[in-house]
Amino acid sequence: MIKLMINEIEVEIPEGVTVLQACEIAGVEIPRFCYHERLSVAGNCRMCLVEMENSPKPIASCAMPASSGMIIKTNTELVEKARKGVMEFLLINHPLDCPICDQGGECDLQDQAMFFGKGFSRFEDLKRAVPDKNMGPLIKTTMTRCIHCTRCVRFANEVAGVDNLGAVGRGENVEISTYLEKTISSELSGNLVDLCPVGALTSKPYAFAARPWELEKTETIDALDSTGSNIRIDSRDGKVLRVLPRLNEYINEEWISDKTRFGIDGLSKQRLDNPLLRVNGKLKSTSWENAFNFIKHNINGLSSKQFGAVIGDQVDTETIYSLKKMFEKIGSDKISLSQYDHKFFKGNRSNYLFNSTIAGIDKTDVILLVGSNPKIVAPIVNARIRRNYLQRDIEIASIGSYKNNLTYDYKYLGSNINILNDLLNGSNNFIETLQNSDFPMIIIGDEVFDLDESENVQFMCIELLKKLNAFRSDWNGYNILNNTASIVGSLDILNEYTGITHNQILDQCKENKLKFLYLLGVDEVDYDYLDAFIVYQGHHGDKGAHKANVILPGSAYTEKSGIFLNLEGRLQICERAVFPPGNSREDWAIIRALSEVIGKKINFDTLEELRKKMFDEYPKIQSFKQESFNPIPKKGVLKNCSSYNLLSFKKNFYMTCPITRCSNTMAECSKFA
Amino acid sequence: MIKESSNDKTKSNYVFVDIEKKEIEKILKRYPKTRAESAVLPLLHLIQKKVGGWLPVPELERAADILKMPYMRVFEIASFYTMFNLKPIGKNLLQLCQTTPCWLRGSDDIKKCIKEKLKINNGETTKDGLFTFLEVECLGACVNAPILQVNDDYYEDLDYNSTKIILNKLENNNSLKSGSFLGRKSSEPKKNSVKN
Repeated sequence: MIKLMINEIEVEIPEGVTVLQACEIAGVEIPRFCYHERLSVAGNCRMCLVEMENSPKPIASCAMPASSGMIIKTNTELVEKARKGVMEFLLINHPLDCPICDQGGECDLQDQAMFFGKGFSRFEDLKRAVPDKNMGPLIKTTMTRCIHCTRCVRFANEVAGVDNLGAVGRGENVEISTYLEKTISSELSGNLVDLCPVGALTSKPYAFAARPWELEKTETIDALDSTGSNIRIDSRDGKVLRVLPRLNEYINEEWISDKTRFGIDGLSKQRLDNPLLRVNGKLKSTSWENAFNFIKHNINGLSSKQFGAVIGDQVDTETIYSLKKMFEKIGSDKISLSQYDHKFFKGNRSNYLFNSTIAGIDKTDVILLVGSNPKIVAPIVNARIRRNYLQRDIEIASIGSYKNNLTYDYKYLGSNINILNDLLNGSNNFIETLQNSDFPMIIIGDEVFDLDESENVQFMCIELLKKLNAFRSDWNGYNILNNTASIVGSLDILNEYTGITHNQILDQCKENKLKFLYLLGVDEVDYDYLDAFIVYQGHHGDKGAHKANVILPGSAYTEKSGIFLNLEGRLQICERAVFPPGNSREDWAIIRALSEVIGKKINFDTLEELRKKMFDEYPKIQSFKQESFNPIPKKGVLKNCSSYNLLSFKKNFYMTCPITRCSNTMAECSKFA
Repeated sequence: MIKESSNDKTKSNYVFVDIEKKEIEKILKRYPKTRAESAVLPLLHLIQKKVGGWLPVPELERAADILKMPYMRVFEIASFYTMFNLKPIGKNLLQLCQTTPCWLRGSDDIKKCIKEKLKINNGETTKDGLFTFLEVECLGACVNAPILQVNDDYYEDLDYNSTKIILNKLENNNSLKSGSFLGRKSSEPKKNSVKN
């Protein structure tokens, strides 16, 4: 700790911080444009000038390391004059078109001009004009407004890992541009909009949609991927207009992926807003009562073993719990955890979680990716790996179908899963790197889950980590990179209960053993060829609704309060930002009402009651930070992995669910991807 | 500037200029292996010389590939320095210093002469491809201001008439002596010099 004086008040600050940060700790606000906490220091906007004793000129506080005994003044005439001067220069070439600028109302330049602006211009020459650049379907550019803070360039280089953004030219002619005006190909490019302190980079889909003060703000979480990014939804007149990131140091810091931010225009398209019945092959809109009675009529005489259900990708934990309760009453355990045939070990919760936690990446020193592509599945996790790769130079290796571009260098070990055998018996030389590591991490991803040998691969990884002593009270290196928002909740509630996999459900339907199928937001699988009576509950008219006999309109993640467990098993509650359209209802309430009509009434009436019962029955979903770190696989037989190449899962990052498939913006992005 | 250079020949039908590996290695040797990026300026200079005074985009990308740098970083550097030209130039590149000492000593007259005689503005090339005119910042020879740089040579102590002579000689391919037009030896005081 060092002591220094700021505005004649003594402040104690940790070593290694800058003068600007010291002022911040002292509660003194310093205006700035180019400085950003999570990017490198550029020091080129000069807005943060402060006075330092024994310095002939004011100093740029963002770039000056604070040292003991400094005397800093921020409220003197000199500082005021310096800031006013800087502001006048910044405004020389700024167009002052705030009334038609989307940044208006939340613009750093606008705000600070209110304090330091002159109110009139002494500049009589012509302002410079800069041609706009094409940065793809997400970012709208008005480059005349740019003040060259280079935040966007630093973000692209340091966080997003795309190196095609830069400042071209010199002096007055500097222009920010992508290399030869190509689009920015990054899953995190939307954050450039938030970073830009002026209106040079604004959101293209949100262009001229609303002013910030008209919007209703709801703090919630994202359910389009498994990361559980913290977001703020801005809505007006019952329509979601934009999504912004919310600070959470443990998950998304202050970034969100482009899918999270821009996928929302799919929320208002192709929605199911009324219960529908299929009569003579055609869908007919009806009332809730009729729909329930139709189901009741059709399940008459079915035995309990003929009921099956599948859980979709974005189902909140309360709804999964309600469905499980209803099926308990019916007497069937045929609920598939997900619409994929992923196999995880039962028992301990850490068998299917990202145990090291996302923040734990800041601690690790070696990462081994097994069949996973974090850039596509969880761009936020990938950004954190990249940051640690750059700052701490961590070692990364990958076993995967092919060498993906992950925005950092890594050792590609090959595509064959028997490399794991080599690592275990020490014949692969990467084992040395792993053995020298204090906090090794293994991240298992999509390419493994679908394998017949999936459980064997998982078991090998556990054995390998045991050998590396990676299961300790302070570290668990075993990580599953799940890819959907509902899978962890589904595993927590159903893993012990279910007696069926998704493939078995399909087989039993074909063999006519299953006659009733309840699809809870299941949209990735084709059920067209099945003869079973299908009830689809969800929010979009997509694949799942295609064959359904009854469609029950539910609500999307922006329209209900619901618990989601992210890939770390962290419990987060999403809140309602807008109401679901038409006659749609909250999902748990639909199941509650249906259970009463079919005579299998589940015993709760409110969401609070439901949650209380759920927490009582499954205390583990509230126990983030597991009591036991050591995953204990059910099958204890170690077989060598056979020689088998991982197959690629070429997944489109932008379109992974019915919401994003309906989104025009995401369709545009896929074209450029 | 960006648009203009991206309109150049594309990589597919562009033939790289011939540079011997030895020349490149000689440059790379001057810098530590872990800091290969430091060689970017000498490498660009070498390429620019071989191409004929300018840097086509595919050549920039070649330099980036050699140094394992992102294309954008090399492009930023090439666009920052006035010494690198991103579009084709004429046979004679006229670079006129515009900084204060030259300006005080009459660089405006030289500019006037160039504009009147060649009918080109800053950054333009004559139709016959003989001259390109660039206004640049300090050329570092203020003692002999005003300065006009033609390709690699400095012409010093100029005025309207002497500029006209130089341009005529260049046009007709006559031999031309570089240095002070007043016959000063380096930057000796003016009163000692003999007018030629």
